[in-house]
Amino acid sequence: MTREDRIKALNAELAARILTLDGSMGAYLQGFGLTANDFHGTRFAEHPSSLKGNNDLLVLTRPDVIAKVHGAYLDAGVDIISTNTFSATKISQGEYALEEVVYEVNVEAARIAREACDASEAKDGRPRAVAGAIGPTTKLLSMSPEVGDPGRRDSDFESMAKGYEEQILGLIEGGADILLIETITDTLNAKSALWAAWEAFDKTGVELPLWISGTITDRSGRTLSGQTVEAFYNSVRHANPWAVGLNCALGPADMRAFLADLSRVAECAVSAYPNAGLPNAMGGYDETPHSMEAHYAEWARAGLLNITGGCCGTTPEHMAHMRHAVEGVPPRAIPARDTRLKLAGLEPFTAAA
Amino acid sequence: MSDGNLFANFIIVGERTNVTGSAKFRKLIEADDYAGALVVARQQVENGANVLDVNVDAAMIDGPAAMTRFLNLIASEPDIAKIPLMIDSSKWEVIEAGLKCAQGKSVVNSISLKEGEEAFLHHAKRVRRYGAAAVVMAFDEKGQADTAKRKIEICTRAYNLLTEHGFPPEDIIFDPNIFAVATGIEEHADYAKDFFEATAYIRSELKGAHVSGGVSNVSFSFRGNEPVREAMHAVFLYHAIRAGMDMGIVNAGTLALYDDVAPDLRERVEDVILNRREDATERLLDVAEAAKAGGKKKDTERDLAWREQPVRARLAHALVHGITEFIIEDTEIARLEAERPLHVIEGPLMDGMGVVGDLFGAGKMFLPQVVKSARVMKQAVAYLLPYMEAEKQATGMASKSNGKIVMATVKGDVHDIGKNIVGVVLQCNGYEIDDLGVMVPADRILERAKEIGADAIGLSGLITPSLDEMVFVASEMQRLGMSLPLLIGGATTSRTHTAVKIAPAYKGPTIYVTDASRAVPVVQKLMGAERETLVAETKADQLAARQSYLAGQDKRPRLPIALARKRAPKLEYKPVKPSFLGVRAFDNFPLEELVPYIDWTPFFASWELIGRFPAILQDDIVGEPARALYKDAQAMLDQLVAEKWVKASGVIGFWPANADGDDIVLYQDETRAAELARLHTLRQQMDKGEAKGNFALSDFIAPKGAPDYVGGFAVTAGIGEEEVAIRFKRANDDYSAIMAQALCDRLAEAFAECMHAKVRRELWGYAAEETLRL
Repeated sequence: MTREDRIKALNAELAARILTLDGSMGAYLQGFGLTANDFHGTRFAEHPSSLKGNNDLLVLTRPDVIAKVHGAYLDAGVDIISTNTFSATKISQGEYALEEVVYEVNVEAARIAREACDASEAKDGRPRAVAGAIGPTTKLLSMSPEVGDPGRRDSDFESMAKGYEEQILGLIEGGADILLIETITDTLNAKSALWAAWEAFDKTGVELPLWISGTITDRSGRTLSGQTVEAFYNSVRHANPWAVGLNCALGPADMRAFLADLSRVAECAVSAYPNAGLPNAMGGYDETPHSMEAHYAEWARAGLLNITGGCCGTTPEHMAHMRHAVEGVPPRAIPARDTRLKLAGLEPFTAAA
Repeated sequence: MSDGNLFANFIIVGERTNVTGSAKFRKLIEADDYAGALVVARQQVENGANVLDVNVDAAMIDGPAAMTRFLNLIASEPDIAKIPLMIDSSKWEVIEAGLKCAQGKSVVNSISLKEGEEAFLHHAKRVRRYGAAAVVMAFDEKGQADTAKRKIEICTRAYNLLTEHGFPPEDIIFDPNIFAVATGIEEHADYAKDFFEATAYIRSELKGAHVSGGVSNVSFSFRGNEPVREAMHAVFLYHAIRAGMDMGIVNAGTLALYDDVAPDLRERVEDVILNRREDATERLLDVAEAAKAGGKKKDTERDLAWREQPVRARLAHALVHGITEFIIEDTEIARLEAERPLHVIEGPLMDGMGVVGDLFGAGKMFLPQVVKSARVMKQAVAYLLPYMEAEKQATGMASKSNGKIVMATVKGDVHDIGKNIVGVVLQCNGYEIDDLGVMVPADRILERAKEIGADAIGLSGLITPSLDEMVFVASEMQRLGMSLPLLIGGATTSRTHTAVKIAPAYKGPTIYVTDASRAVPVVQKLMGAERETLVAETKADQLAARQSYLAGQDKRPRLPIALARKRAPKLEYKPVKPSFLGVRAFDNFPLEELVPYIDWTPFFASWELIGRFPAILQDDIVGEPARALYKDAQAMLDQLVAEKWVKASGVIGFWPANADGDDIVLYQDETRAAELARLHTLRQQMDKGEAKGNFALSDFIAPKGAPDYVGGFAVTAGIGEEEVAIRFKRANDDYSAIMAQALCDRLAEAFAECMHAKVRRELWGYAAEETLRL
């Protein structure tokens, strides 16, 4: 199947049913008991600083493990898997002094994910898509790192966009079918990623569907940089997204109200992939596959969903239950485009007509 | 159309943050007074602007730098940043600099065909990629459009070009040029009429597009005569809006209404705007001076009612709302009232931050607002520091440090607000703080601690991976044979995690610190004579916490449900019949009867004052704030009850019932023939051994055959609570709003207690003789 055919087939599926995305990479990797040696491999054995915890690097040092995780999620029946590239940008890898391998990590990550999908597609012909995961980086464009100096910024739009562009070019080359800009804590970071995507499309002649997923960080219903759900949507609407959604930070119970807000306004597919609850006192997650299944089922029946998956703390078992919960439930109906002028600061503003 | 709804759909773009229109704003930017510039912006928002126009085009200003700086500062002011921006410049590079700082969807002002189609479409494409709407000026290669015909021609051409290139029509806002009238030049007389005509055409023919303009241009010839200018704006807008203009750059504070303009002045202004008579300008000039003298400036003052409150409340208000404007002044007043400067920090400032913490915890504030509060706190503390220094000099404690502490947010984590607050509070208490910032790797923290001979290390983190990093730092301290105390704090950290994961990795004292207010007593003890006691207590607490954690990790096998049911306890039943069956309502229950039932302990807990009532009032640490809070609560409670701010209502019911396995069956009536409802209860499934029994709630109801009953009630003391809270909030009194809600919460619980007592003694009467104390 070519990338174009696959996207076409996926869109047909999206119109007919609720699609499913994979769950957490981190939670599953923990089970492998990886040591510093696994992260360094022979290639980075002499690297001056510790690379333990740099999960993205595993696509180069332990590709077999990453392929196993993808395989486990595909076996759980999901339609889309995301690449192991959440922090694979110059800015984030800079913390490990690994800027020079960023492009390679993205290419390899997309390739490994694509291979896993090809294997599943070969079995039953159902399309499986690779979403190139693009994380928020370690810096914020709208907030100062310094309480006493509110005008200061750690990075700027241009350097951030440059970093994202390198990542996106790698993902395209490695065979990603969709770009997933996710865990957005600061919408300006996301806007620089969108800018980078268009630059990359201009350069390669390849145009991929854009999937944009924000993060509501707490019960205030705001992103970390202060936007409400609707303001966030208004601020990324210019991308004509393939899908918009919410992920991370909250468990399904706390995410529901904000998902409903988004579902009410979004003029494209809506996605949600919550954490397995809020972190408990030990930093772990308490929602079980069974307890989450009930939430997914309720969301689906309430007509809030077009795509669903899991974030921190979820496992293939969670995803198998999720898939069961949404199977046969009709997807959310996508409303016609609203032709009113929609602006946004931290809050949305919609003109009369 | 009446004036009342004329503006209903009109988008007000605040113009005062525009250096080309406001000399005051220009001077502020030129003088680098960005704090003052933010005050102007905030006034525009408070005066009702829907969108904020920002323009820094002036000869002496570096446009891109000034735009970047001002928009970055606005981004840190949630009460300004809540509305969208209009990024306004005649220079493309300034517009682009602005777009790179705006996370929301802004409006660009403006692009045009001035430099031809290629440049126009290039700019339009970039505007779209930055995710903004655009004002399109009626301007082409030949110049600015003045007549209606030219305006229409250029706008139509621009519209077609944009929409053909995928620009959404609703994101196009035309500015068909508002020019000055009454200039004495005959060709200018129709300028306003031309604008109205072009506007009407655009709104009906160029589907989806909007019309905007800089309204104050129209009255340019009456510079210095504000009353006449405002009258001209009112009349101009009246006609422009009726023609379809739906956005305007105006002074949000002085928007006059058509009906409010004196009829004679209005008629003369209207003659000018609509060019109704040849001598229109002269006739307006005739009355202009008189109008100027009689005109009264509209009140654009902000709501400063909160400034009337006592200084303690003012400081709390400034902290909650992140207002730095008066903080120095108020801190000084508080300092003069206080015995020692430190008391201002420990008293009103920490109390204010406590309210901020409560509001944040309740989801009523969001992070950028909390950051602002922290900034206000910092300024107040910075102001007090020299006084504290002087006090130390005077008492001969100068330069003597109470101890050195290295603080850091651990590797992988960028959050530092809490750490900064802890740092400030410790500094205020005479500790030297070496703050290494965020994302700090373990080796750097430990090296620095050795280098400066630190007395303790403080680690902070907000995200969950930081927990593991803290364990790593602790294990590194152990490996390097260190023994100094390790303090743990931050949003995801917990007493349990510290006890179970971090403390076992390090033999030195490892202490969890709940929040900034607890940091000082902990550090004081660590550096003083009580160190051994604190360390021993902490170790004992942590051992207990580990044991209870391990006990909680329930690994015991569960019984199959069938076996658990077999082990259901065998109980004896002596049912009592309730005084009535069915449902009874208690509407408008007397609030004063509820007051004795109030349990005050949770009330203090909701304000994060932990301790049992009434002992808490005499507590060494929280006694004083607890007493103050209790006094305020009593005063409000008296008033709330006397004036019936809220209504309490309840409903209670009793029904014939019997157990049916794990279910409880409710019947319609005593014949027990027809089922009314079935309550499913869960049976315990842990293996407790055969003797102990696996309980379900249904075990407490007699099985079929014996006449048993169940009862239930629902109560509220919150009818009207929301309105009370809103009333206080409108008065910017969040403290009273939270207080009122906390009291209603107590009253509801008290109602439940009261109803329970009634059930036991009379309504059901199974304990009619009891005289239990509350």
